[in-house]
Amino acid sequence: MKSLATAAVTALSLFLGLPSAIFAGSEDVVVENPWARASIGTNRPGAAYMTVHNTGADPVILLGLETPLAMMPDIHQTTTDANGVSSMAPVGEITIPPGERVSLEPGGLHAMLMRLQTPMIEGEVFFMTLIFDDGGAVTIDVPILGIAARGPEG
Amino acid sequence: MQRRQLLIYGSAAGFGLALTLFAGWWQVDGPGAPEAAAKRPLPLTQMDFQMTDQAGETVGPETLIGNLSMVFFGFTYCPDVCPTTLSDISGWLDDLGDEVADMNVVFITVDPERDTVEAMAEYVSYFHPAIQGWSGSPQQTRQAAAAFRANYEKVSTESGDYTMNHTASVFMFDTEGRFAGTIDYHEPREFAVPKIRRVLARSKEETS
Repeated sequence: MKSLATAAVTALSLFLGLPSAIFAGSEDVVVENPWARASIGTNRPGAAYMTVHNTGADPVILLGLETPLAMMPDIHQTTTDANGVSSMAPVGEITIPPGERVSLEPGGLHAMLMRLQTPMIEGEVFFMTLIFDDGGAVTIDVPILGIAARGPEG
Repeated sequence: MQRRQLLIYGSAAGFGLALTLFAGWWQVDGPGAPEAAAKRPLPLTQMDFQMTDQAGETVGPETLIGNLSMVFFGFTYCPDVCPTTLSDISGWLDDLGDEVADMNVVFITVDPERDTVEAMAEYVSYFHPAIQGWSGSPQQTRQAAAAFRANYEKVSTESGDYTMNHTASVFMFDTEGRFAGTIDYHEPREFAVPKIRRVLARSKEETS
């Protein structure tokens, strides 16, 4: 009975995009406006974007991502040098100071979804879990928009 | 005495002028010149390369002459920059509407291994219908990139795949194929449409 209640709470918090575990720091993380672009098949890596807001009083460190959609999700950053050449590299851990937001948005940070398990189809939703240094995790629903989407509104 | 003074002042001024000119040369063209931030593409009329468009037709720089053109480089396995550039351009084209009905908009792939004609055809079909997708052999790709002074480089990723670093600027050319400006990737979107309008206005003035 108790496990049922826990499961219900977890399901509800997953649904609402709230932290599903009680840990120092990461329970104050709110993920805003997540979205992803549809993919063509599974060979090409996908990308997802969101704003991670630390509403708490302590800094939090985002360590990584997990999703059933991709074998290797990782946060990457695109940079463009003085010659106009763009390149992409993993960023490792991201520290979010209290009250601050970190934006994953086109042309900057993005959740790079490598080795897709299924195609990302416009109109569908997938789960993604953000893992923090305090052992906490935040699971969110990411809506898949069109391949030509420019932001969370499409 | 006066003449002598004049001579001294005169030669000092001459020397000063020479020094200024030398300093200018040193900083602009000489060894002290900064690395060219971004080299300009050649005029389309001086380029020499052949590629294949998304419909399987042979195309080249001469295909673009006669209308305004926007050309940019990328690859379809690119998760962030390329779809963003293609959707930005689709947005500009929507904003400009009939003004750019005849514009050539060309996406050239720097990943000849994976981006076949079919892959390019499918990819560009998701964006504005004016956007063409050109691909070619590794040699043809090198020639095209060199003509536009664009750079690209294959880089391994931790997933065992590879990605491409590449020039992400959009190059504009006028109806006669002359280079007409660049829209940089990091440039705010509000600047792009007015920039394209200026190139349009200039080419209209010239033809009327």
